[in-house]
Amino acid sequence: MKDVIIIGAGPAGLTAAIYALRAGKSVLLLEAKAYGGQIINTPEIDNYPAMPHVSGFEFAQKLYEQAVSFGAELVYEAAVGIESSGDVKVVTTSSNNKYEAKAVIIATGAKNRPMGLAREEELIGRGVSYCATCDGMFYRRKDVAVFGGGNTAVEDALFLSQYCNKVYVIHRRRQFRADAADVEKLKARENVEFVLDCNVTDLIGEDKLSAVEVTNKVDGSRREIPVAGLFVAIGQMPDNGAFSNAVELDEKGYVAANESCRTKTPGVYVAGDCRTKEIRQLTTAASDGAIAALAACGEM
Amino acid sequence: MAAIELTMDNFEKEVLQSDIPVLVDFWAIWCGPCKMLSPVVDEIGESAEGFKVGKVNVDEEPDLAERFGISSIPCLIVFKGGREAKRSIGVIPKQAVLDLVKNA
Repeated sequence: MKDVIIIGAGPAGLTAAIYALRAGKSVLLLEAKAYGGQIINTPEIDNYPAMPHVSGFEFAQKLYEQAVSFGAELVYEAAVGIESSGDVKVVTTSSNNKYEAKAVIIATGAKNRPMGLAREEELIGRGVSYCATCDGMFYRRKDVAVFGGGNTAVEDALFLSQYCNKVYVIHRRRQFRADAADVEKLKARENVEFVLDCNVTDLIGEDKLSAVEVTNKVDGSRREIPVAGLFVAIGQMPDNGAFSNAVELDEKGYVAANESCRTKTPGVYVAGDCRTKEIRQLTTAASDGAIAALAACGEM
Repeated sequence: MAAIELTMDNFEKEVLQSDIPVLVDFWAIWCGPCKMLSPVVDEIGESAEGFKVGKVNVDEEPDLAERFGISSIPCLIVFKGGREAKRSIGVIPKQAVLDLVKNA
């Protein structure tokens, strides 16, 4: 039996591992895909204290190596359930393995929110993308669209405007949630056209995307925009359904907990983007990781 | 065996005319998720039995990327008998990569 099982090896989970290990506890990290979480898609991080210009990949790798240097053990299995019987928690994985620990920290993060359009799934890798920095280069000198109005969408559009012929920025509102500095930068780009108050309502194309249909929310008018690529950046969604017996989920599926990172079940904690919170950033994920781990270690 | 660097010159021989299945990783230096997947693919290459592993740098081999319709990376394709048998986009864990080859 381990002292702490951490579900998810992103910034929150890996930070929690570092704190728990340095408190002298044994740690097992369960990760469904790859360590690092969403930050691996970010080419450059400029808002993490004391690490200017670090790439998301480098950040993830350093954090992982730091956790491993303290003795973290990482198993690549997806957690599919938590059972709590008093002092022992049992985490079941997709490989049908059961792992026991005194405490569990849920740090599953969040994943890209799909648009929910017919054929969206089918056109992934055929024009529909959720990662501009991964796929942008394939659209060099072509016309593309970005859907969204947050930091990711605006950063994606800035990135793509350097390589693509034209970038349409489709957003459901007129106001952007993204940092004002980046929005201003984007407005100054000559090859960027804003399509505001609009939703993407259809994906057009046979084998690959050739155009998107947008519908104006205010007057209901429709417009077809020919593009080779659509970069979807309309936010994230959590993935905690498997744990609803052990923790309370809010209406959006985030694990209900305040800044103490404690859930309704003693011995089960939550850290990072998967928790109900206002601000989802690298710094707040790391902060949660520390808080959850120290709470877990202190209450064991 | 280490992963083979695939180019326009050796792709035909190493992949399409191969007697055994070939797992091919399409990647690029600027792609963070590719860097996460790359060591996994290398590791699989070292201990591969009954199949082999190759890599295509899409910046250096744009024609190969174009030929197989790559527009999202990292992209893994399993070739069997000269044809594409399986394709997966994005970072997946080692076991999922092995399953991809097994089920091809």
